[in-house]
Amino acid sequence: MADTATIQKVSIIVSKGSLEGIYPALIMANGARAEGIEADLFFTFFGLDAVTKKHWEHIKLATVGNPGLHLPTLLGGMPGVPDLVTRYMERKMDKLDIPPIPEFIEMIADTGAGIYACKASVDLFELDKDDLVEQVQGIITVGEFYEHAAGGQIIYT
Amino acid sequence: MPTATYDGIVVPVDDEGFFTDPGRWTEPMAEQIAKELGIDTVTDRHWTVIRFMRAQYAEKGTGPTVRVLGKTSGVSVKELYQLFPKGPAKTAAKIAGIPKPRGCI
Repeated sequence: MADTATIQKVSIIVSKGSLEGIYPALIMANGARAEGIEADLFFTFFGLDAVTKKHWEHIKLATVGNPGLHLPTLLGGMPGVPDLVTRYMERKMDKLDIPPIPEFIEMIADTGAGIYACKASVDLFELDKDDLVEQVQGIITVGEFYEHAAGGQIIYT
Repeated sequence: MPTATYDGIVVPVDDEGFFTDPGRWTEPMAEQIAKELGIDTVTDRHWTVIRFMRAQYAEKGTGPTVRVLGKTSGVSVKELYQLFPKGPAKTAAKIAGIPKPRGCI
């Protein structure tokens, strides 16, 4: 196998709390590990919802301000629509063998990837370690994130 | 097409070294392939995964993803990565003499 120009390590930042904001990062982290690439996930701002006990089972697709959904904004904002569209998407993903977010994060932790929460965001949302799921290995500062990321590629999502 | 020689037998492989004809694979080849991939000792647990890979390939025409392996092979995701640190689905497929599984999960 060619050893030239391979990626050895990725650090993926998750800054968004919507379904479509979180999944690509999880797929990239899991996919990196599957290729033998070292991977860390760093959850910041609304991305923290993906590793917050209270929210990680209730991540919703953005049905407003999301032109790619091809749904009129007024319709997207009606009561019940975000839940309906999210459920529809979850069923489609299940058929493709894409796990729900909690199972996916547990699996990624089991692959040996690092899972970290951003200290500034944890402070901002007045959370502490007990509010976060057990897979979170630490609440770290931006400086510590750069230390973890040293020698690898940083991907911001 | 590239070839590789395992257990004294020349077999066709793809550019990445995966078997293109799984029927040509024999069990004695596994240890040598594993060594090339940095696995010095093929344990019973490795064999559980290797046999599962071949059974799945025979049944479905493609190797399983890590998620499927973790759920149905009897080896957890954590242990899979201990056994095959360079990526369980990919590494085990190569050792098991089946084509590289193509999937994003």
